[in-house]
Amino acid sequence: MTAPAQHHAPAPHSYVSPIPVRRAHLGDALASEWTKIRSVRSTLWTLGVMVLLMVAIGLGVAAIAANAGEQGMGDESALGFGFFGMLPASICVITLGVLTIASEYGTGMIRTTLTACPSRARVLTAKAIVFFLLVFTVTTVVAALVGAVQVALVDAADTPTTGEWLRATVGAGGYLAMLGLLSLALGTLIRHSAGAITVMIGVLLLPLVAAMFMFSEALKSVQEWLFTYAIPSQMIALYAARPPFGDDGPSGWEPLLIMTGVAGVALAGAFSLLNSRDV
Amino acid sequence: MIELEGLTKRYGAKTAVDHLSFQVRPGVITGFLGPNGAGKSTTMRMMLDLDNPTSGTVRIDGKHYRELQEPLKYIGALLDAKAMNGGRSAYNNLLCLAQSNRIPERRVSEVLDLVGLTPVARKKSKGFSLGMGQRLGIASALLGDPEILMFDEPVNGLDPEGIHWIRNLMKALAAEGRTIFVSSHLMSEMALTADHLIVIGQGKLLADTSMADFIQENSRSYVRLRSPQQERLRDLLHAHGFIAVEAGNGTLEVDGATTEKLGELAAENGLVLHELSSQRASLEEAFMQMTASAVEYHAHGTDVHGGAPAPGPQWGTTSQGA
Repeated sequence: MTAPAQHHAPAPHSYVSPIPVRRAHLGDALASEWTKIRSVRSTLWTLGVMVLLMVAIGLGVAAIAANAGEQGMGDESALGFGFFGMLPASICVITLGVLTIASEYGTGMIRTTLTACPSRARVLTAKAIVFFLLVFTVTTVVAALVGAVQVALVDAADTPTTGEWLRATVGAGGYLAMLGLLSLALGTLIRHSAGAITVMIGVLLLPLVAAMFMFSEALKSVQEWLFTYAIPSQMIALYAARPPFGDDGPSGWEPLLIMTGVAGVALAGAFSLLNSRDV
Repeated sequence: MIELEGLTKRYGAKTAVDHLSFQVRPGVITGFLGPNGAGKSTTMRMMLDLDNPTSGTVRIDGKHYRELQEPLKYIGALLDAKAMNGGRSAYNNLLCLAQSNRIPERRVSEVLDLVGLTPVARKKSKGFSLGMGQRLGIASALLGDPEILMFDEPVNGLDPEGIHWIRNLMKALAAEGRTIFVSSHLMSEMALTADHLIVIGQGKLLADTSMADFIQENSRSYVRLRSPQQERLRDLLHAHGFIAVEAGNGTLEVDGATTEKLGELAAENGLVLHELSSQRASLEEAFMQMTASAVEYHAHGTDVHGGAPAPGPQWGTTSQGA
């Protein structure tokens, strides 16, 4: 029985690890979040399906238009066909955005994450940056490739200007990534994957669907507002030089600015709740 | 060194943790004991700054948890084994934690080796058994080679081999001068591992004592005797001033005597003994006595002692005396 002897004599020294302490910063949190996002299957699934949808629908629509030898394109370029792939792609982005944080609540990983990095601001910032860069890069590259093929296919349409090219690539990528950040913020607030995804799909589609059935004259102004500011309308406006709905609605880069503002406010709310709430 | 000062957590009208103050000292294993629902896990979550205390503070080496930049290098915690993403491999689960604290990547392989998970390092952790999950959780706690380690019910659901492994691991870690804080609802488990004991019930501190003192104060020692000549043995013991109590199965129990003394006495008088042993009342009983009034979830309607149905608590003060 040797155990009791060491029981009563606490070691005189405290343990000192041979591993050196190096100051951790946001860069380390980014590396950590990158490992997380690349090492789960859901990232590959959502982004894979997204690319597939953007390519298949974008090229399909352009091919049909090219065959029909469309004349009524007006002064719009063929890049506008990108919208048809962008709408279903946004559902994939929403899913990935929500899962980026809500899956941590589902698995309990969030407790491990916040024990390892107690700064809620750093965790949320790192998640947002990694997610934004990943989605922005993938969507911008795919949108550029699809756009190039669309322009080549449809001869009838105008040759796109540099501004149109930028909005259809960087603008579309940025818009989807910001929509994803809004989803990430909502996932943080709701902490439940299925719930947050459902709410986001509602936010995406419901205003437009509701507006379609507002036949009453009294609801006219509400209907117009919904038609103008519903997310799908904003996506169309991104491709248009002039406001497509109403004369003072957003067009050009304005939809991206609006979405950035909304996502920013939602992220600020998510941070404030994450910071004060029990995990 | 961890210091708790007046730590309190209320959920609405219910007080889960009630003005808890104690210190966890380095170099020893401190057992944190309490019945289910006593507030052990809530206390540990507040120590890690996952839950906000209603009032009171926790300091780790004098600092708040949120002030720690690389907390894994100061404190490692196993809260529950399933706090990982099951879709990620064991290696990647640990890698993302290591990266967030600037711990070199080779340390991931080291801790996986230490807990014996190297062969399954690249496997998804959702396929892991309870024991493997627990080992992965312990690997994550050891990742930063911290001075302080916290384990919440580490032996829950483990097989005897796993329990043995964790026990020895904790002893080895404490012997290196680390602070070990381990919670359990099993007194018998604590008696084997802990040097110091903190007992809580309904969120209140019930005891803060060394294990040796707790055993000294709370366990009754006695000698058990069994003999084919039981009547003669009992008369002999009474004649020498010992009070022998019949304890069923033909055994006698004698308080305040040694086995040597009773064995010699029997031999001098030519009595055959089939059993002569020194016994201790279980610490489990002492623990239940202490927490009886603080047990939150009683099993009503069944009398564990087999006697007449007793009103109120089924174990503890009332039924022990009956």
